[in-house]
Amino acid sequence: MRKYSYFPGCSMESTAKPYRLATEYVMGKLGIGLVEIEDWNCCGATSGHTLSEALGLALPARSLALAEKRNPELDILTGCASCYARLRLAMYKARTDERAKYIIEKTIDMPYAAAREVYNFLDVFSLPDVREGIAERVVRKLTGLKAACYYGCLNVRPAEVTGAPDRENPTSMDEIVALTGAEPVDWAFKAECCGAAHQNDAASASRALPHRILRDAQSNGAEAIVTACPMCNLNLEMRQDGYVNRTGMDRIPVFSLSELLAVAMGASAKRIALEAHYVPSAAVLARALRRKDA
Amino acid sequence: MSKIGVFVCHCGTNIANTVDVERAVASARELPGVAFASEYKYMCSEPGQQMIKDAIEEYGLDRVVIASCSPRMHETTFRKMLKDTKVNPYMLEIANIREQCSWVHTDKAKATEKAIRLIRMSVAKAARDEPLFASSIPIEKRALVIGGGIAGIQAALDIADAGHEVALLEREPSIGGKMAMLDKTFPTLDCSACISTPKMVDAGAHPNIKLLTSCEVVKTEGYIGNFQVTIRRNARYVNHDICTGCGLCETKCPVKTDSEFNHGLSKRPAIYKLFPQAVPSKPVIDKNSCLKLTKGKCGVCEKVCPLGCIDYADEDREFTETFGAIVFATGYELIDWTALYGEYGGGRYPDMLTGLQFERLVNASGPTEGHIVRPSDGKEPKTVAIVKCVGSRDPKKGKSYCSRACCMYAAKHAHQILDKLPGTRVFIFYIDVRTPGKGYEEFYDQTRKDGAIYVRGRISKIYKDGDKLVCNGEDTLLGKQVKVMADMVVLETAMTPSSGIEELATMFGVARDVNDWIQEAHPKLRPVETQVGGVFLAGTCQGPRDIPDTVAHASAAAAKVVSLLNKSEMETSPMISVVRREHCCGCGACEKICPYTAITLEEIDDRVGAKRVKRPIASVNSGLCQGCGACTAACRTGAIDLLGFRNAQILEEVDALCL
Repeated sequence: MRKYSYFPGCSMESTAKPYRLATEYVMGKLGIGLVEIEDWNCCGATSGHTLSEALGLALPARSLALAEKRNPELDILTGCASCYARLRLAMYKARTDERAKYIIEKTIDMPYAAAREVYNFLDVFSLPDVREGIAERVVRKLTGLKAACYYGCLNVRPAEVTGAPDRENPTSMDEIVALTGAEPVDWAFKAECCGAAHQNDAASASRALPHRILRDAQSNGAEAIVTACPMCNLNLEMRQDGYVNRTGMDRIPVFSLSELLAVAMGASAKRIALEAHYVPSAAVLARALRRKDA
Repeated sequence: MSKIGVFVCHCGTNIANTVDVERAVASARELPGVAFASEYKYMCSEPGQQMIKDAIEEYGLDRVVIASCSPRMHETTFRKMLKDTKVNPYMLEIANIREQCSWVHTDKAKATEKAIRLIRMSVAKAARDEPLFASSIPIEKRALVIGGGIAGIQAALDIADAGHEVALLEREPSIGGKMAMLDKTFPTLDCSACISTPKMVDAGAHPNIKLLTSCEVVKTEGYIGNFQVTIRRNARYVNHDICTGCGLCETKCPVKTDSEFNHGLSKRPAIYKLFPQAVPSKPVIDKNSCLKLTKGKCGVCEKVCPLGCIDYADEDREFTETFGAIVFATGYELIDWTALYGEYGGGRYPDMLTGLQFERLVNASGPTEGHIVRPSDGKEPKTVAIVKCVGSRDPKKGKSYCSRACCMYAAKHAHQILDKLPGTRVFIFYIDVRTPGKGYEEFYDQTRKDGAIYVRGRISKIYKDGDKLVCNGEDTLLGKQVKVMADMVVLETAMTPSSGIEELATMFGVARDVNDWIQEAHPKLRPVETQVGGVFLAGTCQGPRDIPDTVAHASAAAAKVVSLLNKSEMETSPMISVVRREHCCGCGACEKICPYTAITLEEIDDRVGAKRVKRPIASVNSGLCQGCGACTAACRTGAIDLLGFRNAQILEEVDALCL
């Protein structure tokens, strides 16, 4: 059985209830064990590193060091793109930059070897055997659901830290989504910044960012947007009033990859709290479930 | 006792500002064997050389040390000078006190000390110099030009006009290269075909030029004057000896595959001429798309050919010919932007063209007969964005260098759009506008007056919105983000060396630079030669350049070839390796390390005590040896010496430095 040290992150504990429930459901079905890191703390996103380099590295590194101490044989997994970016950067810096490693260990007052990898859900769901497992456990198809897979900027960037093969047109989520019978659409904003980090402090600069993502998804025929990050999900949903007023377009449901998989694996709407979304998303999923294979 | 003359050069202020030349001369006078020492402002100049010659005469000097720039710069100059004197040209040592001393130091006292030591080393080595005499090798009076673009054609014509035989080799089925694809040339707007096709015809008809189309170099042996080159003629499946080029077969072929010449903007049959004005004007069969050759059925071309030229059993053939000189004219390709610029859609949008695709689109003989329309829907664009430096000047994603021709052809493209489709909005995104060349700046100026809108800034993202291509970027002069809703985008992409250049360069032992362009022998003074004797460079194989520069470069290469072929034999450097047979143990270490395959083991009769034995020893082919010295370093017994750099001489230098 696959097992990971799990870093939930603050969103999973608060705004991303459906995402959390669906993730638990899917991981349970797939037999992937999540061992929550004991006494984990804020990853520092999105303001930590802008205030202090040491803080930006030490905050995520503390959780990683705790994970490696408790379960030295487990890699670390997180479902949030911001957490992933911070955790992975701390791991990368500790491995490649002696000065950074010194600062980290001095600040957290613990050794941090960076011996284990940091992964996001896309990494794990793309593993050949996990993908096979997903395909086997899909009990109902989301036939023809036109889905725009939104990776978010931080699941793939920067290249030297994430090692993602294609930062502009990633395809790993599209391939996973296709396993459920849904149809990923070809669109151009898969990994553009949604501006979530600056909605409060620089609203004028960042309000338009989610709008162009929503617009490009819809103009390429998407009925729903699938995300791999609770922050992206929240931001893309919450900014839709302004979007509808500005562009005259319709609202578009936004939900996480975990939710899509959970539904395809048989979870009820109630089981994963689909009703907690700002933009109702149950209808579009129900419609796809009713659709017959063409 | 030897009588050494030491001559220290100021090189204007290049050396004299950092090295106390007077002190260097004074200290040289004290060295053993030095009979005369002096200095001069420019030793390489006429009066400088005369001064050396006079001193040789007056003081009876028998060897010379010149402390100046790198020997790569002027050793040949001074050797030539010594030919007029009693001193053997190889009784010369250059102490490099410029590149390796004055240019890299700032502390004058320390630099002077270093210069003095460098001179001391050279004097010590000179004391052990011995006279060397060049030998000569015969020259095969034929040249091979590799690449049939405008550079190759021009070089071949110039060599042939001078009376020498030339083989013009091209891997495509026709000569013509990239220039044949272009519509008009900047800044005069000459029709490219009108000026290049007559040259193609001339090359095809010239009595001294043999065309080797559909051919590739597979192997080469030998050296300057005597290259044995093995060439493969790829199967054409059409007998060109009888074919008249009537073209009936092309009209009947059922296959439609992407046209290379039109860069995928149109289709061609499997039996095809590269383009209507191809030279030779005869078709070949593309074995990858022909139904008869891939699936064994069809055979229509064979049925319709009135002369029976079609031969499906044709095979690749190899043959070897001897050439005295080689010209690389292998040209360029455009960088594959689709792999590098995911943010521009990575090639997913059909209305984004490269510069060469646009040339075909706007060309009267192109797929749309010169109508500028979108490949996706055949509509005329109302707004066109031209993006420069895609892959050029972008070391993070593409190449660090400037591709030189793009600024001008971008302006030309804008001009052509505004000329053919008046009222179109044309935006040109640029980093800088570089227009060095006769009439170039004026052309750019005119294009702006024509209405092209130049925006300084890179494009960050291009994506499709409805039937528009949205170009997001920044106008760095306004400091504002800009967005152009374009109907068509033209990417002026970086030039890169032709595919296959690595193999070809390795075969001839020619060096490549960090970007794989062929390395010239000297960036300023030997721009058409390579480090390998007898191999010359023409056009863009050496680096990006436009047509006028390419033609000039090709003619320069031809002049070098002609001056080589005009001789019946040529001098070879006497600075080659020699084997002391009695010291050689026959281990073969030198044979393995030699990059020029100049060393072989041969068996000799020898005596061990009273016993006669056969044993192997190293033997150096003087025609192949380039004097690199790798063998002398590899030799365990010190049996191999490089003349001019004998082990004893090197040790003498070390002693002079350290003792």
